[in-house]
Amino acid sequence: MTEPIVGSSTPRKEGRDKVSGCARYIDDIRFPNMLYGTTVRSRIARGKIKSIHFGAGVRWDEFVVVSANDIPGKNCIALIENDQPCLADGVVNHPEEAILLLAHPDRHRLPMAAAAVSIEYEPLEAVFTIEESERKDKIIWGTDNTFKAFLIQKGEVDGVWAKADYIVEGEYCTGAQEQLYIETNGVIAQSDAQRGITVWGSLQCPYYVHKALMTLCGLPEDKVRVVQTETGGAFGGKEEYPSMIAAHASLLAMKSRRPVKMIYDRAEDMAATTKRHPSRTRHRTAVSKDGRILGGEIELVIDGGAYVTLSPVVLSRATIHAGGPYYWPHVRIRTKAVATNAPPHGAFRGFGAPQALFAMERHIERIARAVNVSSVEIRRKNFLQPGQTTTTEQAIHEPIDLGQLLDRALELADYDAKRRRFAEQNQSNRQKNGMGIAAFLHGAGFTGSGERHLGSVVGVEGRPDGGVRVLVSSTEFGQGTNTVLCQIAAEALGLPYEDVAIAQPDTMEVPNSGPTVASRTAMVVGKLVASAALGVKQTLVGAGVLRDRCTAEEFRAACRSYVAARGRLRSLARYEQPEGIFWDDQKYRGEAYAAFAWAIYVAEVEVDLATYSARVKDFVALQEIGRVMNPVLARGQILGGVTQGIGFALYEKVEWRDGRMANNQMTNYIIPTSADVPSIRVFFEELGNRHGAFGAKGIGELPMDGPAPAIVNAIEDALGIPFDTVPLLPESIFDGVAAASSRARSTRSPVGVQ
Amino acid sequence: MTPNRGAKREISFVVNGDHRTVCVYPMERLLDVLRQQLSLTGTKEGCGEGECGACSVLIDGALVDSCLVPVAQAEGARIVTIEGVAANPRFSALGQAFLDCGGAQCGICTPGMMVAAVHLLDRNSAPTMDDIREGLSGNLCRCTGYLQILEAVAEAARRTAVR
Repeated sequence: MTEPIVGSSTPRKEGRDKVSGCARYIDDIRFPNMLYGTTVRSRIARGKIKSIHFGAGVRWDEFVVVSANDIPGKNCIALIENDQPCLADGVVNHPEEAILLLAHPDRHRLPMAAAAVSIEYEPLEAVFTIEESERKDKIIWGTDNTFKAFLIQKGEVDGVWAKADYIVEGEYCTGAQEQLYIETNGVIAQSDAQRGITVWGSLQCPYYVHKALMTLCGLPEDKVRVVQTETGGAFGGKEEYPSMIAAHASLLAMKSRRPVKMIYDRAEDMAATTKRHPSRTRHRTAVSKDGRILGGEIELVIDGGAYVTLSPVVLSRATIHAGGPYYWPHVRIRTKAVATNAPPHGAFRGFGAPQALFAMERHIERIARAVNVSSVEIRRKNFLQPGQTTTTEQAIHEPIDLGQLLDRALELADYDAKRRRFAEQNQSNRQKNGMGIAAFLHGAGFTGSGERHLGSVVGVEGRPDGGVRVLVSSTEFGQGTNTVLCQIAAEALGLPYEDVAIAQPDTMEVPNSGPTVASRTAMVVGKLVASAALGVKQTLVGAGVLRDRCTAEEFRAACRSYVAARGRLRSLARYEQPEGIFWDDQKYRGEAYAAFAWAIYVAEVEVDLATYSARVKDFVALQEIGRVMNPVLARGQILGGVTQGIGFALYEKVEWRDGRMANNQMTNYIIPTSADVPSIRVFFEELGNRHGAFGAKGIGELPMDGPAPAIVNAIEDALGIPFDTVPLLPESIFDGVAAASSRARSTRSPVGVQ
Repeated sequence: MTPNRGAKREISFVVNGDHRTVCVYPMERLLDVLRQQLSLTGTKEGCGEGECGACSVLIDGALVDSCLVPVAQAEGARIVTIEGVAANPRFSALGQAFLDCGGAQCGICTPGMMVAAVHLLDRNSAPTMDDIREGLSGNLCRCTGYLQILEAVAEAARRTAVR
C-alpha cells in the first residue's frame, strides 16, 4: 500500500532549479542576433496626438521603429471588449499609453532614443477619480463613462425600511495596489515567414496572449505560438498585461525579422501595468433591535482606468462577494465599473472580493455599534447557514458552521482574554492594542457560466519510460500548479509522485486548460487532470495490457510497452458542467460558484501614539478550503496572501498625479519586509468538495480578502476610532486621532469642563 | 546615468573562484556584467535600485546588491554569486531546507535569499529568529510572507549543527 500523495507535502517540482539559481526566467534567455525593444509612452492623460518628431543626435537608421501603422491586423489587445489599442492611433486616454516602439541591438541606446522622440498633443479634459467619472460632465468612454453595471435583487428590499429598528449607513474605500511580483513583465518574440510568431514570456495565461496575437497580427491559430517561461510572481498582474507586451515585441520582431526582447524596468512596470481597482462601497442596512439584518442596499463602484480590459469580470466577483458570509433576506446590490484616465486596472489576487469584503466587514462592525451588540454576536446572528441562500439565491448545501469556525478562531487568537487585557492597558499605555475579526468567503473558479464557456481541456500522456506527463496551459508562478497537478495525477494512477512530470506550457504542445486565475487550478483543472489520468489507464486496460487493479510497476510496464508499440498514449478530458448548476447571467441569480471557501481571520494590532504607526503583532488565519492538497504549499499560500493583505491595509499606497503613479519605485511604494511580518498562524478545516479534485476548493485568492478588514477593525478596537479607508498610513491615523480629540473637546466645552 | 559612457576597458576579478577579465564600460552595473557577459543568470534584477536584494552577491565577503555596483569598483575583488554558493557542499543543507519548508515559491527572489542566508550562517551558525529576520531584511519576497524562508534558514542551521 503506497502512502497517499494528495494531502502530503511533496517537494515543489521545480524547486531544485529555483533554489540553485538554475531556473530560467525570460530575462535569462538570449537569442543570437537579438534586438532589445522599448516603448515610447504618452506623457499626458488624455488628448490628440498632433505630431511626432524624431529628434537630432540619434542615428535613427539603426533603430527599428513601429507605430500603429505597422499593425497587420486589428489595433487592439483582444480580451473582452476590444477597445484597448495596442498602440495609440491619434488619441491617448491615459498617461502611460504606448505610442511608438523602438528596438536596437544595444539596449543601452534605447533610453536616449526614447527621450529624443517628442510628441505634440492637443490635450483634452481628463477624469481621475470615481466621483469625477460619475458626474459625467466629461465623457471619456462610451456615453456615460460606465464600462459595466450589475444589479442583484433578492426579495423586496423597499419593504424593509419601515420594519427596521436601526438603519445603518457607511461608506468604505480601498486604494489601488501594485502586484509587485519581483520579476517584471518581459517577453521575447520571434517572427518567421513559415512558422509565424512565437513568444516566450513571463505570463499566467498563454492562450490569452495567443488570442490577442492572432487578432493583432491577423494570423491563424497555428501561426501563433506562446510559451510560458519560469515566471517570477504574477498575482493576477500577468493575466492580461502580457498580451500587451507580447504584442509590442511581436510587432518589432515582424518588422525587424529578428528576435526582440522586451523587459520592463521596475519603474515602467509599476507605472504602466495593471493594479488592483480602487473602490468605493456604500452600505445602507436595515437591522432589527436584536441585531438581525433585515435587508439592505449595497452600492459598489470600481475605477477601471482608461479601457474595459477585465473590469467587468472583477466587478462581477465584487458584486457577488458584496454581501459577505451573511444571510440577506432582502437585498439590492448595484455595482458599476467606471472609466478614468489612468492605466487600466486589472486582476490582482482576490479580483474585486477584497474591496467588497473590506466594506462588508467594516460595515458589520458599524452595525454592531449601532445595535450595541458585540461584533462577535452580530456576526454569529447573521452568518449564512446551510439551507439558506446567498445574495444570488445560491443555496448553501455543505454543512458549513461559521459560528463554530468563529469560536475556534477566537479561541486560537485568545480573543476575549486579550481584549480584556488591552482594554485595561490602553488606559495608560502609549501603545494601544486591539483585536479585529474578519469573516468572509471566496468563490472558487469562474463565476456563473464562466467555466462552461471556457470548456477547459486537459491532457495526460504516457511517456516512453512508463511514467506520465500532464499537459495543461495552467501555469506555475509560485503558487504550486506544477506540484499539485502532478500529485493529483500520481494519486489517480497510484504512481509515485516522481513518475509524473508536467509539460512546459506551450500552445503548440498543450491543450487550453483555461487561464490560471480565479483560484480554479487545483479544483477545476485538477479534477480534469484526474480524469485524463484515468483515461490513460483505461486505454491501457482496454488494450488488454493492464488489469484494472494494478501496481505502479505494472502500470509503468504496460505504459512503456504501449508507447513503444504505438508511439503515442494520450488522454484528454474536457470540462462538463455538473448537473444542477443554474446561473442566470441577466438577473445575476443562481449558482455563482461551484464552491466557496470560508474563513475567519483575527488580527492583533498595536498602534503607537508617538509614531501613529500600526503594527500587526499576531494573526490567526483559520479557513475551510475543502481539502488541503499539499500542507506546505497551502500554508505558503495563506502566509503570502496574508502578508500582501497586511500591505494592502497598512503600507501600500499608490500616489496618483493626473492619472500617473508618482511613486513607481520600490523605494517609496512600501511592501512588507521580513521585519514587518508578525507571527501568522495558519489553520485549516476540510469539508471536501464534490466538484473539486480530491475535494479541493480554491485557496490562492482567499487569504487576500480578510487581513485588511481584520486589521482596521483591530485599530478601531484599539483607538475607538472607525477608519473606513485603506491603505491606512500613519498620517491618516494621526488625522483620525486629531479629529476625534477635537470632537471630544468641542462636545465637552458646552458643559463647562474647561 | 548612462552606463555606456567613456571607453571600454579591461577589468579583472575572481568570480566563484575563477579569474575572469571582462571588457566593459566602467560604469556598467556589476549585475549586468555577471548576467550578460559571464552568463551567470542566477543573480536576478528585481528593482535596479538596491531595495529588493534579488541581485545579492558577496564581494570580498560582504553582502552587496550588484545592481548598485559599477563594475569598475569590482576590480580585483572576489565575487561569489548564487552559482558559486550552490556549488559549495555546505549549500546542500540550506537548499534542502528551503525545499522542505516551502522557502521558495516563484523563485525569483530565492537566489538572493540564498546568498544572504549563506552570508548570515557563515557568521552565525546558530542564529535566533530575530537574527534571521535581520539578516534577510534586505531581501524582499512577494510570495511567501517570509515565514517559511525564516523557518528554512533556522532549519538549515539546526541540521548543520546536528551533523
